[in-house]
Amino acid sequence: MTEQVIRHPDNVEPNAFTQAQLEWEPWLEPKPIEALTQTDREALKGRRADSPYFRLLVRDPIVLGARTRADIDIFTNEDGGLPRPERELAATAASRVNGCLYCASVHSRAATELSGRRDDVQRLLDDGIDSEQDERWTAVIEAAAALTETPSQFKPAHVAALKAAGFDDQAIVDVIQSAAFFNWANRLMLSLGEPAPPARG
Amino acid sequence: MSDLVHDLVGITPGDHLDTLRAKRPIARRDAQASYEELIVSPTDLDRASAAERAAIGYWVAALSQAAALGEHYRALLASLDPAVLDALVTAIPEATTTGPYGAYPPGPLSVEDEDGLHWTAPAALHSAVGDRLAAALEHTHLLTFRPRDSNPKALQALLDAGWTTDGIVTISQLVAFIHFQLRVIAGLTVLKEAN
Repeated sequence: MTEQVIRHPDNVEPNAFTQAQLEWEPWLEPKPIEALTQTDREALKGRRADSPYFRLLVRDPIVLGARTRADIDIFTNEDGGLPRPERELAATAASRVNGCLYCASVHSRAATELSGRRDDVQRLLDDGIDSEQDERWTAVIEAAAALTETPSQFKPAHVAALKAAGFDDQAIVDVIQSAAFFNWANRLMLSLGEPAPPARG
Repeated sequence: MSDLVHDLVGITPGDHLDTLRAKRPIARRDAQASYEELIVSPTDLDRASAAERAAIGYWVAALSQAAALGEHYRALLASLDPAVLDALVTAIPEATTTGPYGAYPPGPLSVEDEDGLHWTAPAALHSAVGDRLAAALEHTHLLTFRPRDSNPKALQALLDAGWTTDGIVTISQLVAFIHFQLRVIAGLTVLKEAN
């Protein structure tokens, strides 16, 4: 018999962007914890082994390991470049454009924790990428959103707006990589499972 | 050491963009490592063959109108399976659109629902590339232009076409990674031109 996907008929999928903690239910079977090899455990380093998402991705351990290390460098390496709250903002903007409620919840929450600007973050979730923001956040959001379109609509005008808002080239590289990375993450999260409300039994 | 992003953007050792990328050395190294494991020299070719991977890579880049990366994957696929390449090149014009679009779960976001092309592989493409690769190309189109329309039925179609669970994880990573790769290249190319 052909393999079957896992369906979650009782799940009531969230239907609005939120900063609340959501759950995520896989459509394919994650690798069972007892089946994890040493290579798999290496690849899961820095990630929760009980997460169904990462235990599904560990079915290709070398790619998962490379992806996780790139993720951590792009979002947490503070050797110059874009302040971390704005990297999370770029991730949230990309997720808002692609429509990944789960990714947007995680990274909007991180943007709020790092910036203390809960209301500004919530406006991005509620009103989208055209929401009213200050010059710096507008420049980051518009650049991330343009790069997320297919084909990319990221133009020299976005670079100019970022520079006018006070960001240097190192910071612009971080905007590019943060937004680009979420075009990777969003597509995995959206296509391998579905978000679920936190209190689900 | 070779670095595809450097090559396609036209970055040379010691120049301005090289210095900027050097500040995120792990991101640079592991972007290249992901590319090598997914496309150039995968550890496991049973779950997805070299030609299947090159075909999916070309399809993502061409649909996304990423010119330099599309040329790169076109050359790779030409060396592995020119007949498949010809079939894909023929199919590109009718499959190409702009995104992202799609629908949200019914509710406050429904006002943002936007419909667009739901591409299915034409009969000629099916017979040229086979049902298994055709299913992967349809899934790639979904992930490229309307990722928020993803649903379990789309994965069932891959299973029914002969993809394993491990294989689906790998081709999902492949498609999603190339969306990262093409945007790093696009972004750095614009930054280079702006300076």
